[in-house]
Amino acid sequence: MSGPVTRRTLLAGGTATLVAAPWVARAQANTLRIGMQSILSGPIALLGTSSRNSLLIEQDRINAAGGFLGRQIEFVFRDSKGQPQEAARVARELVNTAGCELLVDAEASSASFAVQEVMRDLNVACIHTNSETSSLTADPKIRVPTAFRVARQGVHDAVAGSLYLADFANAKKINKWATCSPDYAYGRDTTAQYLQFFKKFKPDVEVVTEAWPKLGQPDFTEVITKLIQAKPQALFTLLYAGDLSAFVNQGNVYALFGQMTVATPNVDYPVLAAIKNLPAGIQSATRYLETFPDTPANKEWGQAYFKRWNERPTNWSWQNSVAMHFYEAAIKKANSLDGKVIAAALTGLKINSPFGADGTITMRDDHTTIGYAIGWGQTIPKDPFITDIKPADWGKIIELETEWKKQQNYS
Amino acid sequence: MDFNALGACFTTPACVVTQATSGLIVGMLLFLVAAGLTLIFGVLKIVNFAHGTFYMLGGYVAYSAYAATDSYALAVLAGAVAMALFGVLFERVLMSRVYGSNVLMQLLVCYAVVLIFDDIVKIVWGPEFRAMGMPAAFQVPPLFIAGGVVPPFYAVLIGIAALIAIVLSLGLSRTRLGKTVRAAAVNPQMVSALGVNTTVLFAIVFAIGGGLAGLAGALAGPVRSLSPGMGFSILIEGFIVTVIGGMGSIAGAMVAALVIGLVRGFGTIGFPGFTDGLIYIVMIGILVLRPQGLFGRPL
Repeated sequence: MSGPVTRRTLLAGGTATLVAAPWVARAQANTLRIGMQSILSGPIALLGTSSRNSLLIEQDRINAAGGFLGRQIEFVFRDSKGQPQEAARVARELVNTAGCELLVDAEASSASFAVQEVMRDLNVACIHTNSETSSLTADPKIRVPTAFRVARQGVHDAVAGSLYLADFANAKKINKWATCSPDYAYGRDTTAQYLQFFKKFKPDVEVVTEAWPKLGQPDFTEVITKLIQAKPQALFTLLYAGDLSAFVNQGNVYALFGQMTVATPNVDYPVLAAIKNLPAGIQSATRYLETFPDTPANKEWGQAYFKRWNERPTNWSWQNSVAMHFYEAAIKKANSLDGKVIAAALTGLKINSPFGADGTITMRDDHTTIGYAIGWGQTIPKDPFITDIKPADWGKIIELETEWKKQQNYS
Repeated sequence: MDFNALGACFTTPACVVTQATSGLIVGMLLFLVAAGLTLIFGVLKIVNFAHGTFYMLGGYVAYSAYAATDSYALAVLAGAVAMALFGVLFERVLMSRVYGSNVLMQLLVCYAVVLIFDDIVKIVWGPEFRAMGMPAAFQVPPLFIAGGVVPPFYAVLIGIAALIAIVLSLGLSRTRLGKTVRAAAVNPQMVSALGVNTTVLFAIVFAIGGGLAGLAGALAGPVRSLSPGMGFSILIEGFIVTVIGGMGSIAGAMVAALVIGLVRGFGTIGFPGFTDGLIYIVMIGILVLRPQGLFGRPL
């Protein structure tokens, strides 16, 4: 378009703007803002970015289907850098200043506990999507009426992994084990939890050495040589992300994987992609795999994610996606955005999900999900990376979780 | 503390060979980082807090070069050369403006560079970690010497780092440039008065320092994960080495790096869970006995 701007055009434009302004403002005000906070920078930014990617896909899908209660949704993303104090501040800011009516807390465990405490004062619903520490929802003193968890739970994985590894160890006659996990709460507590269940299923297990490298430690050489010196038959490790990748690459140099069987629950697509020479035969859990559950819906979701972001999803991606599925179903059922009303709708809710062991996932009364797919298999160097996957027995998981909760005085 | 395990290790040749090799590789890579740090301090009396960034960028440049050429040698060369050039740029554009300023100003400039390049790395290579992968030539079983495990890749890295140490040492003691650098470390005004272009000299010092850190990042590429902010952890250990060895002493950096490497190698057997603490105790012990560090000039 060209030509001079006349007084008439200016007036017409101005009038149109005046007439349209309230509509635009109303449309903006009518948008439902959902706060999301996570680690979006630093060495484990992948936790936040792969969560955000998944939520943006959900945002488009939900808006195309008409939004929540007829309102389009819009995510407001905040980077807490994983620091608990900042996480607590951000949670308040998202609700009180940014006007968010729902929260997705995609923090790691340490910051999620801080967000959980903030939720006691805010009457909005919150779903924790990445914290796996069991006590967040298992401990009634920590549990909050309007906060839920849609994520793996440490105790579920520990039972499933220990059962699988006990069967494996019995079949291969392996009883001398070593452990190597990051030297902070997650590494120490979860290793202890795995060993507790593992020894229950296989009482003759002997831990011949333990190694506790620092999180983000650049060189694992002295840890690897220490493990080799101890001559265990198998190694259990909770290293993850870049640390696991560096450990495998440095372990390859020492032919570690030929000297002992290695088991880990933390292999994910980014780790698989980064390890150029993935050893075969690592006993591994399926954090997220397009081939487990081996259903068209799961494969379709994984491929849609890849198509949109040109990278494969993580365990955190599916958890965030399911959180939005739960919000969608609960809001439809409650016909309200009030935190307490949504909480009532979420409790006991069962939804169909590509990530469910039997095609469904349930939000249990203690505000945590059950029925999600957990499997263990062994690695191969090429896609699909993990084969011979054995699904976990959820009946057994719940039975042993109940026992564990009694021991902890949680119920 | 597990003195029995440590004693058993020292009496077993296999354990001594394995742990000593692991200590050597940790120490040698640390030496390359610390050598640049101590060289820059020795000549310019500047503590380069951005040195870890050179290490990180060297690793990332090598990662991209390896992906493009499939040649580890070219990747290492690219990492070292790029960081040598970056060192010159860093010195000319930023550091030369804060020579003689308050140390807080120098710290601020360096810290700004660290943050800016951590973010640039995130934008260019992504926030998630990267791994170069082991070159095909080194995908071979480890050697067994006296029952101990010695990976061929690490043997090569130790050899390269030792060669660099010798070249650096000879270069500083035998060449005209080296002598000028050493003279500038003692009395830069006199060197300038004698007609030496100290502007060029300082840029060369930063080029060598940056190049060495970039070389370390590139050499370690096949076994260490790359992630934004990875320079920080290596910087702390680089400082420990520099302080133990004596600020400004290349020979001191070499000895201190090997001490740290061997403390790590054997400390993990005898002091599991306290290896980092042990390193600081060694540092405190040395500084109590020799406050100027092992090879530093008296304070």
